[in-house]
Amino acid sequence: MISLAENWLPVLVIATSLVTALCIFPLREEQVRLRSTLNMIGATLKVVFVIIITIGFLDGRVYQSRLQFLPGLDIVLSVNPISLAFLGLSAVLWFVTTIYAIGYLEHADHRSRFFGFFSLCVTATMGIALAGNLFTFFIFYEMLTLVTYPLVVHRGTLKAIKAGRVYLFYTIGGGALMLIGIVWLQSIAGPVEFSTGGVLDHVAHRRSELIGIFVLLVTGLSVKAAIVPLHGWLPRAMVAPAPVSALLHAVAVVKAGAYGILRFVYDLFGIPLAASLNVLTPLAIMASVTIIYGSIRALMQTDLKRRLAFSTVSQVSYIVLGAAIVGPLATTGAIAHLMHQGLMKITLFFCAGNFAETLEVHSVDQMNGIGRRMPVTMGLFTIAAFGMIGAPPVAGFASKWYLGAGGMAADQAWVIAVLIGSTLLNSAYFLPVLYTAWFKKPAVPWPAPGKRFETSPLLLLPCAATGIAALLAGVFAGSRWSPLGLATQIAAELYDLWI
Amino acid sequence: MRDPSPWVILIPLTSAGFALLLGHRSIARFGVVAAAFTTIASAFLVVDVWRHGTRRYPVGGWDAPLGIELVVDGLAALMIAMTAVVGLLISIYSFRYFSDPPDLTRLRESADVRPSIGEPWGQSRAFWPLWLFLWASINIVFLSGDMFNIYVGLEIMGVSAVALVTLSRGAVATLSATKYLIAAVIGSMLYLMGVAILYASFSTLDLQELSVRIEPGNPATVALVLMSAGLLLKTALFPLHFWLPAAHSAAPAPVSAILSALVIKASFYLFLRLWMDVFMQTTTRSGAVFVGLLATAAIIWGSLQAIRQIRLKPLIAYSTVAQVGYLFLLIPLAVPIATDSWNVSATEGGVYHAISHALAKAAMFLAAGAVMQALGGTDEIGEMAGLAARLPISAFAIGLAGVSLMGLPPSGGYVAKWLMMNAAFDTAQPWWAIIIVVGGGLTAIYMFKFIGLAFRKPVEGSSFLPSSAWLEGPAFILAVLSILVGLRATPIVELLSK
Repeated sequence: MISLAENWLPVLVIATSLVTALCIFPLREEQVRLRSTLNMIGATLKVVFVIIITIGFLDGRVYQSRLQFLPGLDIVLSVNPISLAFLGLSAVLWFVTTIYAIGYLEHADHRSRFFGFFSLCVTATMGIALAGNLFTFFIFYEMLTLVTYPLVVHRGTLKAIKAGRVYLFYTIGGGALMLIGIVWLQSIAGPVEFSTGGVLDHVAHRRSELIGIFVLLVTGLSVKAAIVPLHGWLPRAMVAPAPVSALLHAVAVVKAGAYGILRFVYDLFGIPLAASLNVLTPLAIMASVTIIYGSIRALMQTDLKRRLAFSTVSQVSYIVLGAAIVGPLATTGAIAHLMHQGLMKITLFFCAGNFAETLEVHSVDQMNGIGRRMPVTMGLFTIAAFGMIGAPPVAGFASKWYLGAGGMAADQAWVIAVLIGSTLLNSAYFLPVLYTAWFKKPAVPWPAPGKRFETSPLLLLPCAATGIAALLAGVFAGSRWSPLGLATQIAAELYDLWI
Repeated sequence: MRDPSPWVILIPLTSAGFALLLGHRSIARFGVVAAAFTTIASAFLVVDVWRHGTRRYPVGGWDAPLGIELVVDGLAALMIAMTAVVGLLISIYSFRYFSDPPDLTRLRESADVRPSIGEPWGQSRAFWPLWLFLWASINIVFLSGDMFNIYVGLEIMGVSAVALVTLSRGAVATLSATKYLIAAVIGSMLYLMGVAILYASFSTLDLQELSVRIEPGNPATVALVLMSAGLLLKTALFPLHFWLPAAHSAAPAPVSAILSALVIKASFYLFLRLWMDVFMQTTTRSGAVFVGLLATAAIIWGSLQAIRQIRLKPLIAYSTVAQVGYLFLLIPLAVPIATDSWNVSATEGGVYHAISHALAKAAMFLAAGAVMQALGGTDEIGEMAGLAARLPISAFAIGLAGVSLMGLPPSGGYVAKWLMMNAAFDTAQPWWAIIIVVGGGLTAIYMFKFIGLAFRKPVEGSSFLPSSAWLEGPAFILAVLSILVGLRATPIVELLSK
């Protein structure tokens, strides 16, 4: 009985959203209640299954599902510490985003299609989180590309279609490079499965080939992780509805790229091999360039969502930077930021969506005094923005601290300079927004709220949940159960240390 | 049914003859029933091969070399199964397509968009006998164990396929059918000349006997070149594809599906048999590379042409030109460089591609037919903005089939791509892998050119008529199947090795 559960739970985690999608697609447009119920059942079940897996995993159970795909090649879903971090993040954020999307799209067109692909998007993300080998990872990684496309073009405007085209151009190109890398690796190393510490030691002598493979794989991932110069699709994809942007930036697409880099460095190549191939320093430099470049571009945007988009470009590269620096502190910072950035960025996008949906405010210039009209939303925005800047006690501080300390520990003090530069730039593009919103007087008084709350509770509650979570993750960073605490334990295991 | 092999030929053949006697009202119903029985017989045949491995059936009780034999191995069984599944769904679609005219009063006024649909309704008396003859002949090609029987199958196949194209009325269709006829006849002639040389030199036409008796030398080489050329012409490998885009886009939608999904697979199958079994000792590395170069050119040229098209059916037809290139890439990947055996992974990849392309391309042509009827006869892509909102099932079908054609996971096309790329790296020829990947990218360009438009907001005044579940359903099922065969490759690969 127990072994049955251990074999099937990873499949069930994926099935919850897949089945939801298949049930939602055929629904008629006006079946709102049924659709919302199905969505919430799926999202709740997923959270429950992830909790069961987490508890079981901490008890030392091994969760693995395996299906023979071809003789000698399996589709493997398995749970390991890093995948658990990403899995938990995705499950929770899907839950809140579903509530948000139900509120946000109350009167939009084609909602069955939207929610169907939305669930497929999460299905793919879950598959990426649980992938136990490269082959499985790639299947879900490409599936993510495909099912996100209808969400990006959902509005059906010319601008949306063009954004979709750019998105595909980048992601399918990246996927193609990755596929070549995967087949190449399979031809020299056989079918290998992810395992903590790396699994390629038996072919470590084929250095030049491994370097080529690493470059192909990481380039493919860099497209989704939006590493400069492969980030071009991300700001354009902002035409998608707000819940899509929120999920894309916090968990699904961008995060899948960053997560893949973590997974490939730690569980495929392994830190010693990756370090000996001399591929990590170039990666760290790419990430640093992206951090600074994204911040500078964010500074230049007046559209709020575009500013947040470039901020994502910058922030996700913190994770990559942490992965590219050898040492437990940097690793802790990377894994913690994977979760921290998700919480903070999804809050920011929810807030931006609330402004747009309630007051039709899209640009920073229009935000004069908005803090008085929507104090809760703006308060949460402020928390998340401080987190992005890296101000204590919000979560972002902890991850930046560990990244900096990791840089010092690895004798790469220039990382500190990157972090300071980025912090200054973050302040430069977030603080004026906060100032405008709280202290400037609106040109025209804001229309009074129609109901009890400043906006629909379906929009406000998810936003509050993630914003407060981001704050708590920072306040209780020292706890064993905080994202940082978990990241510390994962890093300790990776480096064979004991706390 | 102790031995199901003759039945998969006899049922469609006799039904075709009987259908000639039937009238307009009953023929479609009869045709679908005949298709269903052929499918059942095919299922028996597949199960039989799965259980017992390769089967031989002496026709009329005479063993080879005196009599003629039907031979079913894993490859033949897979092809029979592919034909049965695709053929049955096309038959269900045709039941409605050829019987009911769409509401003529609501058809568009402008005459210039009309020829592309060719007014197929009321053609069921011509369609069903020809289609059942064609099905029988395809199965003859798959099952025959000797060169001459195969030739007979090829001839019936060519003639009935050409006749089916002419079901579309109008000058364009006639011209396209004429081109197709010329290609088919020349192809058969070249093949027959090869057969004559083989018989003169080795005095047998039995495939198995031949593979033992053939010795490398001039007669064998000349025969191989002639037969290969004939079959390349029939399969429309670049630059011998000149007839395909016209014929496949001028034909009525179900016929386009039959031609693109099944007919070219029969001649490809034969090409594969010749290179893999019969002429194993005669094929050369340079010949294989030559085929590979033609295949590369087909992928690039077909895709570029597909990108240029402004009408849906020619786009899908040019896509077939490109996808035929993928089929033939298996030759340079499989023909051994130093070893004495074929690369299994390449063969599996090529066969997988044949199957998933059959499902996806049939889905696409059938969906295109449904869309055209809903638009009152035009297949101009510009008119199809808003398709995803108005005909979501057809749009979904085209999208899913497109995923398989692009070779993105999870889909049958991806399995094929994976296997072939593995073969490329295993045989130290990674450049073919790069061609496969580039071709996938080009496919994505022309597919998303269409899919992006389908997601556009409908143009003001665009008039989609509602479509019928009988038209949209089979297309959708085929598209879903093209995805499902990509979820688990083991059964198909194992059947292939029987």
